[in-house]
Amino acid sequence: MHSYHIDHLQFLETEAIHVLREVTAEFERPAMLFSGGKDSICLLRLAEKAFRPSSIPMPFLNIDTGHHFPELNEFRDRRAKELGAKLIVRKVEDAIAQGIAVPAPGEVSRNRLQIPTLLAAIDEFQFDCSIGGARRDEEKARAKERFFSFRDGFGQWDPKNQRPEIWNLYNTRVNPGESMRAFPLSNWTEMDVWEYIRQERLEVPSIYFSHKRCCVRRHGQWLPVTELLPPKNGEKVEELVVRVRTIGDIISTGCVESPAATVDDILAEIAAARVTERGSRADDKSSEAAMEDRKKAGYF
Amino acid sequence: MEDQIEALERSADITGGGQINLANLTDGLRAEREQGITIDVAYRYFATPRRKFIIADTPGHIQYTRNMVTGASTANLSIVLVDARLGVIEQSRRHTCIASLLRIPHLVVAINKMDLVDWSEERFLEIRDQFEEFLPRLDMKDVKFIPISALDGDNVVTLSERMPWYHGPTLLDHLETVHIGSDRTLDGFRLPVQWVNRPANPADPELHDFRGFSGQIAGGIARVGKKVIVLPSRLCTTIKEIHTAQGAATEAFSPQSVTLVLEDDIDISRGDLIAGLNTPPGSSTELQANICWMHPRPLQPGRKYLLKHTTQTVQAIVTSIEHRLNFTDLEAESTPAELALNDIGEIRLKTSKPLHFDGYASNRLTGSFILIEQGTNATAGAGMLFAPKELVKPEYVDFAI
Repeated sequence: MHSYHIDHLQFLETEAIHVLREVTAEFERPAMLFSGGKDSICLLRLAEKAFRPSSIPMPFLNIDTGHHFPELNEFRDRRAKELGAKLIVRKVEDAIAQGIAVPAPGEVSRNRLQIPTLLAAIDEFQFDCSIGGARRDEEKARAKERFFSFRDGFGQWDPKNQRPEIWNLYNTRVNPGESMRAFPLSNWTEMDVWEYIRQERLEVPSIYFSHKRCCVRRHGQWLPVTELLPPKNGEKVEELVVRVRTIGDIISTGCVESPAATVDDILAEIAAARVTERGSRADDKSSEAAMEDRKKAGYF
Repeated sequence: MEDQIEALERSADITGGGQINLANLTDGLRAEREQGITIDVAYRYFATPRRKFIIADTPGHIQYTRNMVTGASTANLSIVLVDARLGVIEQSRRHTCIASLLRIPHLVVAINKMDLVDWSEERFLEIRDQFEEFLPRLDMKDVKFIPISALDGDNVVTLSERMPWYHGPTLLDHLETVHIGSDRTLDGFRLPVQWVNRPANPADPELHDFRGFSGQIAGGIARVGKKVIVLPSRLCTTIKEIHTAQGAATEAFSPQSVTLVLEDDIDISRGDLIAGLNTPPGSSTELQANICWMHPRPLQPGRKYLLKHTTQTVQAIVTSIEHRLNFTDLEAESTPAELALNDIGEIRLKTSKPLHFDGYASNRLTGSFILIEQGTNATAGAGMLFAPKELVKPEYVDFAI
């Protein structure tokens, strides 16, 4: 006798596939944001399942800040090639050269500058919906996000005036110039993502697993020492056994000391964790409304 | 989590006079922290060894009823928090009523701040009686009353020694064990066609003729060999193949997302419905529904909207407003001139094309719709359909040859 029961991961999977198909059916020019990070790896797998035996009917878009971990870009390019997908990369440094993104005096981080770069790419290709791997459990402004997040002509999110989203009836209508962001992984937690990676045997970039890396202690975090982030006077460089839990720019991604060498190790580590995933992202800690402000400006 | 507590302490030191404010954990927007209120739903996630939970923390204030409806529409269970000092207030009635209209199968009335009423059983019973006065007028099957004090967690996770008179489960115990397996509809197969899957330039020559119909099963069970009817064409055929997220299967059920291949080559597009031949839905352009109005521009008879029902969007005109619900006494006012923002009422509609639907009471997915204002594209209302007056009659259908 069949029990007609689906488990939590199957529920999340079926929900995400429904959202992905809704995007394809309702929009003329959708795109999928693909960075090579763990969330977008799950997204890619879900898209394969949603559309097979057809291939994924939309291009991939990545905004390269120029401060990415090299392991991530290598992985991104290889996966796109394996799937025969069209990968569009737009670089922050090109946007700076063209005057689309203008750094503040002394601004080293490329975090804010990805926003105008992304908006320019959406405009260039006239994408009416971009799919992202953002999850509500990542951050408290994201906890307020809808599956289909409406953006006005400036790419802005208006959190006080979001469209009600009732049942699974998504209002996907936009006027010319406006666009939508869609988040099929809205209800996934960090744990769900890793359980899915285990279940589907998905390959992830090596930096998620334990490795040796030279780091400096800054603002309570272990930051990787690179050309972009040399040690300051008095800072001691230490070689540690670390992994990254969430991947942002190489200058703002904190490493966590960890011996986790397999997906099972990572799952055990998360289950016992006392700090959230985004606790290691300096870009989120700059103020209490850091994420909200970036999202209002057009960030994911 | 420690980094979240640390962030709360950081903001408490700066703006909160040193007191940490736990509401800031879910009030994720600047405007919410500024005003000390919840404006929109915040989703939170936790897991126990027994179950995984998604919490939708919804606003209580009447101004944000539409956001409460957003959070509640997909819930298995709702918790209405009542302040033991205040007892039942309009908000408690409104939220209980919305939970019942949306047919959330389980309700918990958590009577909080029991510490401030001396852990009094008498007060607890008094509030329960206040609820029992209006609950019979609502359609609620499973209601549980739990006295709690969130301050120290009495009856939240562990049983309170300060309320020995209470013999029921703790809140978490109840959440972990309440049976939700039979909340779904397993009779009446429904697949609203979401997307037609036709591989473009497939490398595999076998796929040249592949034509699949993708969607999320909104009710019942699909089986290879099962007879189905396609609406609106009313042609009948048989399910040939089922593809689920786990691969090819001989059966699939609600709420799985699937792709079906059918025996016969019939014209089927997005918005069509594939339904079980023995359990057909209704099909009509004249509809009756309860509606939650969510837009500042009121709903008036004669107004036109776009109506999205399952995967189909059609034009609709509101032909009449039958009732408006009054939350103070839960009585219905007859034929009001309009429904304003946050009003709930009963309306009649006419659509440009027939909807293939069930009553909301028997199927939440094929019995619900939204109204969209043309021009602004705002989601203006959430509707729950009455059961169809007549069902599609299979004897009139043609079999595909």
